[in-house]
Amino acid sequence: MSAVVEMSVDLAGARLRSPVMTASGCAAAGRELDAFTDVAALGAVVTKSVMLAPRSGRPTPRMAETPSGMLNSIGLQGGGVDALVEHDLPWLVERGATAVVSVAGGDPEEFAEVARRVAGAPGVAALEVNISCPNVANRGLVFACDPGSSAAVLGAVRASVGDDVVLLAKLSPDVTDLVAVARACLDAGASGLTAINTLLGVDVDVRTMRPRLAVTTGGLSGPAIRPVAVRCVWQLRAAMLAGLLPEAPVVGAGGVASGADALQLVLAGASAVQVGTAVFADPTTPGRVAEELAAMLAERRFTSVADAVGYAHRP
Amino acid sequence: MNDGSAHRSGHGSGRGPGEGAVVDDEGAPGPGAVSERARVLSAEPVGAYARLVLAAPRSAATARPGQFAACSTGDSGMLLRRSFSISSADPATGELVLVVAAAGPGTARIAALREGDVLPVLAPLGRPFALPPAGEAVVLVGGGYGAAPLAWLGAALRARGSSVDLVVGAGDARRLLAQDTPAGTASAPVDRVHVATEDGSAGVRGRVTDVLTGLLAEPAGGSAASPTGSRHVLACGPMAMLRAVHEVAGAAGAATQLATEESMACGIGVCMTCVLPVVGDDGRTRMLRACTEGPVFDGDRLRWDAIGAPAPQRPPGTGARVPEDAVGAPAPLPPAGGDAVQPGSVPGSAPGARS
Repeated sequence: MSAVVEMSVDLAGARLRSPVMTASGCAAAGRELDAFTDVAALGAVVTKSVMLAPRSGRPTPRMAETPSGMLNSIGLQGGGVDALVEHDLPWLVERGATAVVSVAGGDPEEFAEVARRVAGAPGVAALEVNISCPNVANRGLVFACDPGSSAAVLGAVRASVGDDVVLLAKLSPDVTDLVAVARACLDAGASGLTAINTLLGVDVDVRTMRPRLAVTTGGLSGPAIRPVAVRCVWQLRAAMLAGLLPEAPVVGAGGVASGADALQLVLAGASAVQVGTAVFADPTTPGRVAEELAAMLAERRFTSVADAVGYAHRP
Repeated sequence: MNDGSAHRSGHGSGRGPGEGAVVDDEGAPGPGAVSERARVLSAEPVGAYARLVLAAPRSAATARPGQFAACSTGDSGMLLRRSFSISSADPATGELVLVVAAAGPGTARIAALREGDVLPVLAPLGRPFALPPAGEAVVLVGGGYGAAPLAWLGAALRARGSSVDLVVGAGDARRLLAQDTPAGTASAPVDRVHVATEDGSAGVRGRVTDVLTGLLAEPAGGSAASPTGSRHVLACGPMAMLRAVHEVAGAAGAATQLATEESMACGIGVCMTCVLPVVGDDGRTRMLRACTEGPVFDGDRLRWDAIGAPAPQRPPGTGARVPEDAVGAPAPLPPAGGDAVQPGSVPGSAPGARS
């Protein structure tokens, strides 16, 4: 039955063979995962957010498990954009995988330069602009908390890469007015939106009576945040239907561990979904989510995943 | 991708990944690592621990001493796997043996498994111990359940003609492991076993380093009267013990390979939570993943000055800071004064004095 469901998706011009991707920071650049799930069958490998220069990340402990989730405070550790372009992207191309490259920066200029170096690389279907990483030393640098800062980054990236590159703005749920931030991103040049990044959290060890993370705060992810992700996707889609937000594809992320989780996000308005923390628990998850989603769409007599996008909003 | 290490072939420890390498030169899990639903063939208490014999033929086919298995806690609401050093693996029978310490609710669920239960495992993960040159004397040191793989490792070493001393220690006799390892006969995995407990309830009263100091003081080459003369120390246990072992070994001119035990989420190299500061062949320090570039590290390459966060912030021996000279380390902070903290910042998420 599932074979009859058309699973390819079009994200503002980026054609993906499947609506199921990995989530940034949860799959490195795909290579480690490939032993456990066929990365070439995924819609895309969303690579870990990359900055201009190599970056050590933050001190450890960087991880604290919480009920149905975890906090992380990695701090964007990575080898820098040139290593990604020279080393990781060619591997993905050779492997037949599609890349969505997550880019980050300390200011709009760094975002723009990283994006420029990545945008022309083979095999890159889209850029995801990570304006919402909570693991920066300064909360003032969480651009997605402010519409003006978000627009500054998206505008700089758009000017840097030209009109033809698909840009997804990755949003934070830790905001008062999500739609206002989304509108700022789309008006400044984003082609679509990814919702959501992690929620900022703290976990205190009652034995030591100290925070469990070395830097106190971390990003909360995993099934615990799935209802927040579904709410955010719902809100964005509802705003589009109400004419309060330009029409644009939304990529759902947050707590996806099964086909049912993915279907929730699709029905709420996501054109595609990302599998993040569930990969840590089981690296075979992305492939399984895609199979389960296709089967569930078939059971519900959808002929394409596109037909199910936002279906829960029907009158 | 790891602090520029992607530019290098090999991870810079100066030693290969060992025989039957299951880790490629990028630090990714190699073709040996599989996801497998292992069936529990037997479960029995061993002192304070549980010994699980698993039917896991695909994992057992390639596992080497020093590698680990990441085990699911099932439908527990706890998302992350628990990692255990593989105690032994037999490709012929397909059996994989783990020793589990119930340290918290997740590990307690695994320790409570019974014959016939199913345990999802990812294994074998990480780099194994590199076997020292054939015939050279080796001392193995295990703290608590860290001793789990050492009899297996000893057998591999003795098969190559090495003389093997096994030193096991713990706080008390209940938390010892491998103290009954057969020794001295032709078929035994080790030549001699030495036991130390801090409370004196088994073996000598003291720590493994007290025993190790004596063994390494013997002249190189060894003899019946002075048995070891080893210049190779391979150890597995808590970080504080590994540090002490490395100091004692270093003072005696012996090289160490240390199997570290870092908190990790994924076990396969994608999450970046289990990093340690390690010096590469180029002399530069990078935060390397213990799961794929370890868990076994050359003790000389670990940045001990940055490992073990200063008290009283954390329990002794936990965590590592990023050395100021590490690749990609944050730029030095401006003088204290709080002017770097912007409106909306969360106390504690501002730049920390230790990073």
